[in-house]
Order: sequence, then structure tokens, then C-alpha cells
Amino acid sequence: MRRRAVRGSPQASAAAVIRSLRIAGFRSHAEVRLVPEGRPVALWGANGAGKTNLIEAVSMLSPGRGLRAAAPEDLARRGGPGWKVAAELAAPGGDRAVETWAAAGEPRQVRIDGKAAPQAALAGVLRVLWLTPAMDRLWTEAPEGRRRFLDRLTLSFDPGHAAAAQDYDRAMRERNRLLRDQVADARWYAALEAQMAAAGARMAAARAAAVARIARALAAEAVFPVPDLAVTLPQDADDGGDLAAALAAGRRRDMAAGRTLAGPHRADLSAVWAAKGVPAALCSTGEQKALLVSVVLANARALAEDTGQAPALLLDEVAAHLDPDRRAALHRAIGALGCQAFITGTEPALFEGLDALRLRVTERGGESVLEADP
Amino acid sequence: MGRPPREIEALIAAFARLPGLGPRSARRAVLHLLARRAQAMEPLAEALRRVAATARDCSVCGSIDTTDPCAICADPRRANGAICVVEDVADLWAMERAGAFAGRYHVLGGTLSALDAVGPDDLRIPALVARVAAEGVGEVILALPATVEGQTTAHYIAEALAPTGVAVTGLAQGVPVGGELDWLDDGTIGAAMRARRRF
Repeated sequence: MRRRAVRGSPQASAAAVIRSLRIAGFRSHAEVRLVPEGRPVALWGANGAGKTNLIEAVSMLSPGRGLRAAAPEDLARRGGPGWKVAAELAAPGGDRAVETWAAAGEPRQVRIDGKAAPQAALAGVLRVLWLTPAMDRLWTEAPEGRRRFLDRLTLSFDPGHAAAAQDYDRAMRERNRLLRDQVADARWYAALEAQMAAAGARMAAARAAAVARIARALAAEAVFPVPDLAVTLPQDADDGGDLAAALAAGRRRDMAAGRTLAGPHRADLSAVWAAKGVPAALCSTGEQKALLVSVVLANARALAEDTGQAPALLLDEVAAHLDPDRRAALHRAIGALGCQAFITGTEPALFEGLDALRLRVTERGGESVLEADP
Repeated sequence: MGRPPREIEALIAAFARLPGLGPRSARRAVLHLLARRAQAMEPLAEALRRVAATARDCSVCGSIDTTDPCAICADPRRANGAICVVEDVADLWAMERAGAFAGRYHVLGGTLSALDAVGPDDLRIPALVARVAAEGVGEVILALPATVEGQTTAHYIAEALAPTGVAVTGLAQGVPVGGELDWLDDGTIGAAMRARRRF
């Protein structure tokens, strides 16, 4: 088995930074050892070399299915026994050891500081934000993608948001089954709608608080375009501030539709370029990307201010869409945050001016190989 | 190597159908019993025969006992005007182990779940409403799981009991006795914060 250790020089930071990282059996990576010591890591190489696979492995240090939302069985190397990602973190409160892995066909497991822990506990150790090419159409695609993005923003501030969203979803699926089965038991509907209203109110409040917090952090943005963000609901999903009453009044309509129409499960995140008054969906591709970058940077700044720990930033093929001024601004922002960043690009010139551990990623015989860039 | 005799295979298959046991653990359990026929297998068989012959569902509360009504329902000292509603008999036994409740119980036999095709008619909710009226109950305590299904069932029962005027209460949710905040999940801390009380 090949082992590679690539070392960076220590960087002083108040953020939780990745001192060392070990990846085994993860997609195209047989075994990787990195010692970034908190420095940004710039990965460059041809398409398909395995750059995104590596930052996807880092994204597994947060709860959920990672930055590709991949099925668990897709993460392990083909024919391999499973995958593992382990990191040593230097945090203001002391060093932490995080391991997460899944044997083939088995559920994902987590160990923090040597003790088994639930996946959700990862959020308490390291917050991870990412920006990927799949998000390039965020402002123009269907609302589901923006809702997922909104929920990830919210979750980064309020880990309890996940429990509220799960409770809401479970109660709604129960109600939808009653609707589809044409059940007419008003008391059963009312019991489920009370659950949905309670969980839905927590969800809506957490989303609104997250958007308000990001809006405050966006005020510090000087280079990237600043969007006005708002959580919106389609007209037929608006509950008028009383979801339980709206659900009760809408049972006949919902039964005809076979699903629940009102509620926060249909929320959308709207964005308007504040300086120009132009909806994000009507901006150019580059401007849409720049708006996204400004939101992600604001999220990172807000987390750093609120928790004293800047999150890890995973930026996949972001630089290619930015002009040189904005690219330089992004590099400065990463430096100012002092956060653990992983950035990918197809050529080293995209990282000019960024003080980073630079690694070239190539693919040989179906396996990704990392080499330090002199 | 031959297979076990048909009778032993049937015994292993019967064990493997029990909750928490699979074919491998069932085989181990049966081998254990076969190796200790006098000390373990005969007493187990006798205990099973005795319980199979005497176990009864309590026609009042739905618990399991060897008498009908069960010992709790038949005990006049447990008629303190309160009924504690639990999902199943295991929860009733847990409450009794804790010794924190001196009244009578009502076992629902599950929780409402449209997705699992468990409706109000599959639970002993009408029997509960009838008991409240017949037994002069002053308080119904809903000791149901803190899951969506458990709390939906609690809401449903509270609505069903509203016309009777009985006081309906639920168990508190929050920090466990001896628990440290640092080890609690966010949902539990949130519930504990919402259920805070004045000292």
C-alpha cells in the first residue's frame, strides 16, 4: 500500500484547523496522508484526477452524506473493504481526534477522541462549508436545491435545526399517507398537524435567524457582490403565521393534491443583487457564482465571530469562474479568516498569491496520486 | 457433517424468530441448552409451559399477568384516581421498576402510524375513554415515547379525552437524572430549556 505524507508549515489561527489528515480507501484515493498544519491546501490537476474526491473525503468530517450527497456504497474504492477518514484537529479548546468510516455494506461510524459518537456530534467539533460546481445553477434551478442550501446555512448556526426538520418531515409523511389513503379522521389529522406546526415553527425561526445573521455578516463584504437574502413561500404554501390552522383549513385541497401544500417544506431562498436590484437568477453566470461566494464567506465570517472557530472551507473549482481581482479577494478572505481551506483548480496559476500547501493530483492506473508542488 | 435432527432444527428456527436473535445466536442458545439439559433446558421448558398455560391479557388495562384482571387492576390501593398510559407492557414494567407511580395503567398496544398502517382502531383508545368515565379518573398521564408517533398519539388521546374533562398530563422531557449537559444531544437540551421551571 502506498503512503504519502505531505507537510505544510504551521499557521497561527484561532480556528479549528486540520493538523493532519488520513484518508484510506475513499473513491480514487487508496491512502493519503496530509499534514496541512492549518495552511490552506490547493489541489490542482486535470479533470478526473481525484481532486474533488479528496475534498469530498474532508466533507465527511461533518454530519450527513458529504458534498456530493453520495450514496454510502459509492464512497469506497471499488472492490475495497470500505473507507476511512481520520483527522487530528487543533482547536482553541485543545486537540481533537476525529475518525469516520464505513465497512462495505455497513453504516457509517464516528469516533471522536477515541470514543464512539453519533454523526451529529461531528458538527460540534468541526464545521464544514463547501461550494461546488453542482451549485453553479443554484439561483436558477428548482427551489429544492436552494432549500437544501438554506438548511445547510441554518444547520451551521443551529445544529438543532436537523432534529426539527426530521420531526417535521416525519409528521408530514404520516399526514401525506392519510391524504393518499383518503382517511377522514379529523382528530388524527389535528394530532399530526400540531406536530408539524411545532416543528415547522422551530424550522422557520432557525432559517430566519440564519438569514438575518448572514445579512449582518454580508455588510463587511467589500469585493464580492452582496445579495439581499430572504426566505419566501409560494402563495399557495403561505400559512399566514398559523400553520396548524392553515393545514386544518387545507385538508380537502391537500387530499385532492395527495400531498401537503402549505408549510416550510416549500420554502425558497431568494437573492437579489442589492447594489443593482437584479434578482440573482437574472445575473450572469460569473456574477451568480460571485454572489454564492459572498454568501459562503459571510457564513464563514459569522461562524468565526459567533463560535470563535472559523469553519473549514471546501471550494471546488471556484477560482476558474472568478476574474483575477475577485480571485485575489477570495485568497485574501481565506487568509483573513485563518480557516482551514481546501481549494481545487485545473492549473496552479489559479492559486497565485495564495499562501497554501500546493499539491498536484494525477491519476495513475485508476488511483489518485498526490505530489507536493515545489 | 450431518445437519441437526429435525426437532432441533425446528427449535433453532423458533429461537431465531425471537426479537434480538438471528440464526447464529439461536444456534448458540440451543447448543447451550442441549449441553445443560437438566440445569437449563428442563427448567426453561417448564417455565414456558407454565406461563403459556397461565398468561392472560388483562381485560381492563391490556397488561399481561396470570390473572384477569391483573394484580394492579385488582389491587384497590392502586385506585388513586390516576391512569398512566403506556405504549406497551415493557414500558409498564419500566414504570413499575422505577416505583414512581402508585396508580393504574392503560397499555395502548402501539402508537399511531399511518406509514406502518397502525390506526386508532388498532390501539386501545376507546377502552381508555370508557375507563376514564367508568372509574372516576381525575388524571390521565401520557407516558408515551418522545417520537413523532408517540407525541401524535398523545395529542390524539388528549383530544379524545377532552369531552370527559379529565386532566391530561405528559411526562417531562429534558436532562436525565445524573446527566451532564455536555453529553446531551441538542434536541434534549432544547426540550429541557423549554420545560424549565422556577426554583
